[in-house]
Amino acid sequence: MNAMNRSRLLNLLISLGLFGCLAATSYPVLRYLLPPEQVEAEPEALKLGAVKDFPPGSGRIFKFGRRPIILIRDLKGVFHALSAVCTHLDCIVQYSREHDLVWCACHNGKYDLSGRNISGPPPRPLEPFDVKVAGDEVTVVRKP
Amino acid sequence: MRGLLEALLDWLDERLDLRHWLDVAKKKQVPVHPGSVFYYAGGVCVFLFMVQLVTGILLLMYYRVGADSSYESVRYISSKVAFGWLVRSVHSWGANLMIFFVFVHMFSVFFMRAFRKPRELTWMSGCVLLGVSLAFGFSGYLLPWNELAYFATKVGTDIIGQVPLAGHWLLRLVRGGEDVTGATLSRFFGLHVAVLPAVLSLTMGAHLGFVQLQGMAHEKEAKATMPFFPNFMLRDVMLWLVVINAVAVLAVFFPWDVGKKADALASAPAGIKPEWYFLAQYQFLKLLPARILLIPGELWGVLTLNAVGLFWLLTPFWEAALPESKKDAAVRLAGWGSVALLVAMTLWGALS
Repeated sequence: MNAMNRSRLLNLLISLGLFGCLAATSYPVLRYLLPPEQVEAEPEALKLGAVKDFPPGSGRIFKFGRRPIILIRDLKGVFHALSAVCTHLDCIVQYSREHDLVWCACHNGKYDLSGRNISGPPPRPLEPFDVKVAGDEVTVVRKP
Repeated sequence: MRGLLEALLDWLDERLDLRHWLDVAKKKQVPVHPGSVFYYAGGVCVFLFMVQLVTGILLLMYYRVGADSSYESVRYISSKVAFGWLVRSVHSWGANLMIFFVFVHMFSVFFMRAFRKPRELTWMSGCVLLGVSLAFGFSGYLLPWNELAYFATKVGTDIIGQVPLAGHWLLRLVRGGEDVTGATLSRFFGLHVAVLPAVLSLTMGAHLGFVQLQGMAHEKEAKATMPFFPNFMLRDVMLWLVVINAVAVLAVFFPWDVGKKADALASAPAGIKPEWYFLAQYQFLKLLPARILLIPGELWGVLTLNAVGLFWLLTPFWEAALPESKKDAAVRLAGWGSVALLVAMTLWGALS
């Protein structure tokens, strides 16, 4: 083996070694930085309280599994439950009693009470939930 | 005393060849012209970074990172620790002024065409420093764990999630999970106090090194010059005194509010807005419709902002490729266009 070939072989071995070393260290670092998946079962239903706790023209936010949802009782007294996470950039929406709609303060996105995006930048509707009133108790149920 | 200092200097000089570097500094000339005043902006950035380092280290003595302790410790610093409110306010005002002066420095370099060959790397490392300064602002904003910080981080990190293909992966990497939680706070804290200071120090070292190696732009064609050391340096230090006084006055008369503690189950408050240096981007994202040609508006927004950033970073190259007769007009158009757009969008965002 002449000097040129030996030098090329050594270069190749060193390069492979360096690349292997880089890959062997960066892979665990990258995996370490990515948090482990948290699998949390989402409930099918959630009892939120008595009807009298929710006066007409009000909205409150609850935790449904890991997600925030908004329970609205509109001015006519009808209940609506929607995902409270704005589909634009992840802010938490609120009920606007003045306009009887759902409003996101971050970028002025608006939804109607069925969750449909009606104005501003939100690209998708808010996910709706079923609301069941049994006796005096209000329960939010995930749609099948 | 003087003899002792001389002896110490001699001792160091014998080992480190200090006088050689002093001679280099003395030989460096700064061009004198009506725009020379803008040369001080870069030095002010360095000085404000030092202020941030010192006040940041002081804040670290009491700040405790965590969803249950960050807000409480910032409130403790502001209300119980002697001069805690002052240290925190100086850190906040220093950060805002540093970003302001980085912009002033960048635009003055742009308008003086100081990015031209052989200073392309100085310009590009400066762009990196602007990005790092903005990352400092963004990561530091979350650390008090208040309502405004929480939503600013939710929106800001969700924008990262819009990146095609790798978006969700990046979002989890930045947030430390699906949502903005205590895990996000820990990551931002690590970034703010360890990663970014290291990146900024190294990049700033290279940036200043390039300036020393290549000298000032237009030094040769300048009609009048002034030695960098000690003439320019002393003027620099005088301005730093003015700046630290301005920071102190702002910190005393306009101290920073601690705000309400972050609550994952609270709606975003009406009138919520990002810091002034993100207002232009915020207003731009607000103007975009839900979908443009079936693609979500915010994705267009992210792609456009990145394209503009890349265009700005590559200024020395597109300007060099233009015909000689068009260069000045193109720089004036791009520069004044950018300033006008930034100011207009920022004002619109602030007032709307």
